[in-house]
Amino acid sequence: MAWYTNTTAEKKKSKKQLWVKCKKCHSHVYTEEWKENLNVCPICNYHGAISSHERIKLLFDKGSFEELFDHISPKDSLQFNDLKGSYKDKYEANIKKTGINEAVVTGKGKMNGTPVVMAIMDFRFLGGSLGSGTGEKILQAANYAFDHNLPYIVISASGGARMQEGALSLMQMAKTCAGVARLNKKNIPYISVLTNPTTGGVSASYAMMGDINVSEPGALIGFAGRRVIEQTIGEKLPDDFQTAEYLLDHGFVDSIVNRKDLKDYLSNVLSYYNR
Amino acid sequence: MGQKSDHAVMDKPKVKKNLTPWDIVQISRHPKRPILQDYLSFMAKNFIELHGDRYFSDDKAMIGGFTEIGGQKVMLIGHNKGKKTHENIERNFGMAKPDGYRKALRLMKLAQRFNVPIVTFIDTPGAFPGLEAEERGQAEAIAKNLTEMASLEVPVVCVVIGEGGSGGALGIGVGDRILMLSNAIYSVISPEGCASILWRDAKYAPDAAEALNLTAKALHNHGIIDEIIEEPGEGAHTDAKKVADLIEKAILKNIKALQKLSVDELLQKRFEKFSAMGKFTVNK
Repeated sequence: MAWYTNTTAEKKKSKKQLWVKCKKCHSHVYTEEWKENLNVCPICNYHGAISSHERIKLLFDKGSFEELFDHISPKDSLQFNDLKGSYKDKYEANIKKTGINEAVVTGKGKMNGTPVVMAIMDFRFLGGSLGSGTGEKILQAANYAFDHNLPYIVISASGGARMQEGALSLMQMAKTCAGVARLNKKNIPYISVLTNPTTGGVSASYAMMGDINVSEPGALIGFAGRRVIEQTIGEKLPDDFQTAEYLLDHGFVDSIVNRKDLKDYLSNVLSYYNR
Repeated sequence: MGQKSDHAVMDKPKVKKNLTPWDIVQISRHPKRPILQDYLSFMAKNFIELHGDRYFSDDKAMIGGFTEIGGQKVMLIGHNKGKKTHENIERNFGMAKPDGYRKALRLMKLAQRFNVPIVTFIDTPGAFPGLEAEERGQAEAIAKNLTEMASLEVPVVCVVIGEGGSGGALGIGVGDRILMLSNAIYSVISPEGCASILWRDAKYAPDAAEALNLTAKALHNHGIIDEIIEEPGEGAHTDAKKVADLIEKAILKNIKALQKLSVDELLQKRFEKFSAMGKFTVNK
């Protein structure tokens, strides 16, 4: 997925790539047009991946975003080694590659003048997996919203819990939800935006707990993996299974919003909050 | 999930010292390992089972109700595995659907209403990965429990008695005290699942079991569980009654300690407990 990265080395490389092939309709789209269209296919409206920094540019009023808790990064506390090497090497390479410290960027800023606290997950960083550092940042941002009475928004893009941290990563599900629980008690709005993909432990924790759940078109959202389910039930699943549209149909998201409309949608919803 | 276990470890009656994590995985899944129903029969007096989530069904993979443990009235909730084939089919091998998690939450709220402490018994390969479970919101059901359990105004004591399978375990696992039997496991993913993803082959499950730090001892070191209940001999199945006794004592001791706290203190401590979980690097 070289087309949405933004480190200098990869920028150079991408200069050569004039065309982007849409993953859904397989059309070839001129790279510049693809980017101008916010990594969304102009032909079939497939919403491609987008980095946290592009997302911030898109959602916040110019110059209003202030990053918080960026001093937190992963730790290889289990000294986890698989066939491909150590977890430490993996996340260090990811820090280098993405220029961010964890799979989520947290901060505050204004959306059409409305102040919010936001956590934006970044799929480029270890598949957006939920590790201890990720959970810590999401909780700290929730606590910041709690302390300052600001609405909280989390934009998820994650394959689930980070296996290389074992049960420590599992516990981040409980930890982040404890943060959401406090916001609930104080009647502070929490909006969850589920983007492609939001699965496993992330879907089964804060991502599903929004007072309002919004999704981008076509996003994969679900708890168990498609293959695991097919093995369990021994039959093929419907094509739209675990898509944003499927979840809307089953009552688990409030609305599907195009990327270009997301900022206005969120600030419009929050304009009703007058506590 | 659902893999055939290699029970070679258990075939010989001698007690093996220095069990590997993979040995412990086998013990935790041993066909004779005591299940919730066994412990209920030893320690629960006057079990008033309560059924149904009030939305869709009564999930037999998750049971609960009022009962007395050593004279202490509690709300007891747990994953309901079986031993015989027909039991396991009826109880879906202890893999709950959203209905199970919603029933559990309903009973926890009921316990709060009655001001009765909550005890949960965790023993599941994982939440059920099926079409209907996804359709009815497995993710939402678990997420809701994690959120609501964080603010329950009564003491919550969780005991991992066998398999602590990922989100399916955690869905009834947010408590003030997390206790664990010495041969139980608790993990973010099954060793087989982890091996097939990170090692590209499930046969590396023993390596994954080692790497995942899923044993009681490792989890205690990492601050995830509070207390290990030592199993006698070669495992809980050799003396279920004794293990029931040890669990009962541990539950009573912990409830007693928690009952000394005010509701505010209880909630604050629970929040702090889960806030502190995980290890990360703090950069300058």
